[in-house]
Amino acid sequence: MAEIRLQDLWKRYGADVMAVRGINLDIEHNEFVALVGPSGCGKTTTLRMIAGLEDITGGQIQVGDRVVNDVPPRDRDIAMVFQNYALYPHMSVYGNMSFGLRLRKTDKAEIDRRVMSAAEILNIGELLERRPGQLSGGQRQRVAMGRAIVRDPQVFLFDEPLSNLDAKLRVQMRTEIKKIHQRVKTTVVYVTHDQVEAMTLADRIVVMNHGVIEQVGSPDEMYNNPQTRFVASFIGSPAMNFIDCGIEQTGAGLAIRLSDQVALGVPTDRTDRYAPYVGKDMIFGIRPEHLTEHRPHAEETTQDLQIQVEVLEPMGMDTMVFFDIDGTEVCGRSEPRSVSDVGEAMTLSVNMDRMHLIDPSTDMVV
Amino acid sequence: MNSSVSMTTGGGAAVAENKVPLWRRRKAMANYIALLPYLAFALFPFYIIFITSLKSKQEINNLGKSPFWTRGIEWENFTFLWTDTVFFEHWMINTFIVTTVSTIISVSIGILAAYALARLRFKGVEAFGVAVFITYLVPQTLLFLPLVDVINFIDDFIPIRDTYWSLILTYPTFLIPFVTWLLMGYFRTIPFEVEECAYLDGCTRLGALFRVVLPMAIPGIICAILFSYTLSWNEFLYSLVFIQDEHAKTVSVGVFTELIRGDIYFWGSLMAACMLGTVPIVILYGFLMDYYTSGLTQGAIK
Repeated sequence: MAEIRLQDLWKRYGADVMAVRGINLDIEHNEFVALVGPSGCGKTTTLRMIAGLEDITGGQIQVGDRVVNDVPPRDRDIAMVFQNYALYPHMSVYGNMSFGLRLRKTDKAEIDRRVMSAAEILNIGELLERRPGQLSGGQRQRVAMGRAIVRDPQVFLFDEPLSNLDAKLRVQMRTEIKKIHQRVKTTVVYVTHDQVEAMTLADRIVVMNHGVIEQVGSPDEMYNNPQTRFVASFIGSPAMNFIDCGIEQTGAGLAIRLSDQVALGVPTDRTDRYAPYVGKDMIFGIRPEHLTEHRPHAEETTQDLQIQVEVLEPMGMDTMVFFDIDGTEVCGRSEPRSVSDVGEAMTLSVNMDRMHLIDPSTDMVV
Repeated sequence: MNSSVSMTTGGGAAVAENKVPLWRRRKAMANYIALLPYLAFALFPFYIIFITSLKSKQEINNLGKSPFWTRGIEWENFTFLWTDTVFFEHWMINTFIVTTVSTIISVSIGILAAYALARLRFKGVEAFGVAVFITYLVPQTLLFLPLVDVINFIDDFIPIRDTYWSLILTYPTFLIPFVTWLLMGYFRTIPFEVEECAYLDGCTRLGALFRVVLPMAIPGIICAILFSYTLSWNEFLYSLVFIQDEHAKTVSVGVFTELIRGDIYFWGSLMAACMLGTVPIVILYGFLMDYYTSGLTQGAIK
C-alpha cells in the first residue's frame, strides 16, 4: 500500500520566500492525483519534497506507513519523470532503464525481463541500444517513463512531463500516460500547469495558488462546483467569464443585474442561497459553453441575452463570440452556423443553472 | 507530371554539386586569407626550431647562410643530446613523472573541490570560490619564496630537495586552483535534474558524482588534464629553484642550464631538445582532442 499523507507541510526559501504554506493532503493507494496551478504556486516544490529532493521546513510526509521526512531520496522507493527528461546521456536506453535496478543489485535476468516488459508497454523495444542524443523528444519522454516503470516503485511522480512536447505529441502522450496508469496500477502524483491535462488524466485534482491548496476534488467537481474564484477561473478552457453585478429582489424571486439594460432571473432553487447578498456588489461567473446560441427548446432556467458581436473566433466545431457587457469583455460559445456577423445583434441563451455567484470580498463562490 | 518534376529536381542537384557559386568560393578564400597572419605568427617559431635542429653546427654559425632554410639534413644535434647529455635518460623521464603525478593529484583534488563549490550550498561557498580564483592569480614569482621555506622544512624530515618530489609537491599549488576554477564552470553546465534522477534511482552523492556527473563532464576533465599537463610540462621557475642536481632536472631547466654554458649557446642541440620536448604534448593533444570537443551531454535534457 502506498498512500501519501502530507500534514501541515511548509517550505520556506531563505528568510522570507514561502513556497508552500501548511498544506494537508491525503492521496490514496493507486490514485492518480494532479497538482495544478500557475507558475510559482508551490506545486513542483511539493512534488520535490515528496521525492526528497527538497528539505521540508515544517510538517510531515508519510509514504505508505512510513514517515519519510528524513529518508534520503534513494530509500523512498519513488520514481520521478522530470520535465526535461533528465536522461543519462552517456548510457544507452537500456542502460538508462536498468540503472536503478543495477544499483539495487537486481538479478541480471530479472533486469532483462523488466526492461523488455517496460519497453514493450512503451513501444521502444527497437531503441534499446541507442543513446538519448539519437532520440526524438517523444522517444526521450518514453524512455524517461520507462526508467520509472522498470523500478516498479511505490509512487510515481511526474513533473510537467509533457510541457516540452509539441501540441500533437502532447495529446498523444497524455493518452499513453492514462493507458500506462491503467496497466501499471500505482499511486501517481502529476504536476502540471495545464488544466486540460489535469482534467483528462486525474482521479482527483488539487488546485494550488500562492503555496496553499485552493480546492481538492474530482475533475467533475472542479468544473461544476468550484469553491473559489481562482479555481473557477483556472479550470475550464476558455476561462469562465466574470462580470460585476448586483442582486435585486424581483417580486418573489431574485435577479442578477449586469447593466442598466440587462438583468437575468436567478433560478428559484438558488433564491434562498443568494438572498443574503441582495443589494451587495457581487461577481457573476458563467462559462462560455453556457452562453450559447439561442435554442428555442432550451431548459426552463435558460434566459435570452441580446448582444452585439464584437469579435468572432471560429474554432471549427464552435465559434467563440466576444461581446461587451457594461465595459467587461465576455465570451460565448456558439454553433458556427448560428452566429451573426461582427457588429450585428445576436441573441444568446444563458444557462442560469450553471451560473456562479462570487463574493468579491472573499473571492469565494457562494 | 511527376516524372518531369523529379527530373527537374535531379538536374538542379547535379548543377549544385558540380559548380560551387563564385561568391561562395570568394568567401572561403577570404576566410583562409584572414587566417594567414595568425598561422604565420603561430607556426613561424616552430618552423625555425625545426629547421635549425636539422642544421650542422657549421651551417648555423655561418652568418652568410640564410637562417630560414637548410642545405641538408644533419642528425648531429640529436645524437649530441643522446651521447653528451642526460636528456633522454633523465630529463624527459623526470618531466614525464613529475607532470603525470602532479596532474593526477591536481585533477583528482580539483574535481572534488569544483563539485563541492558548484553543487553544495554551504555558508561562504561563493567567497570560497573567489578565494580559489585569487590563489590562482598570485604570481609564481612571489609564491616560490615561501615555498622554498616549505621545501626546506620538509627536507629536514624527508629528503625531497633536489629530487623531483619537490616539484610533485609544489606544482599542485598552482594547478589545483586552476583545475578547480575550470571544472566549477563545467559542472554548473551539467543539468542538476540528471543528478537528482540518479539520487532517486538509488545513488548516494558520491555515487552520482562518479556514475553520472563525471562521465558527463569528460570534455571538461579532458580540458583540465590537457592544461594541467601543459602547465606542468612547461614549468620553469620551481624546477630551476628546487633542483640543482643535473640528473634530477626536468626538460625545461635541463635544456636551459646544460645547453647554454656561459655565453656559449649550443643552438642546434637547444633546438633539437625543444623539438623533442614538445612531442609528448602534441601526442597527448592528438589523442584527447576528440573527447575534448565531443558534446557528451547531448540528449540529457530537452
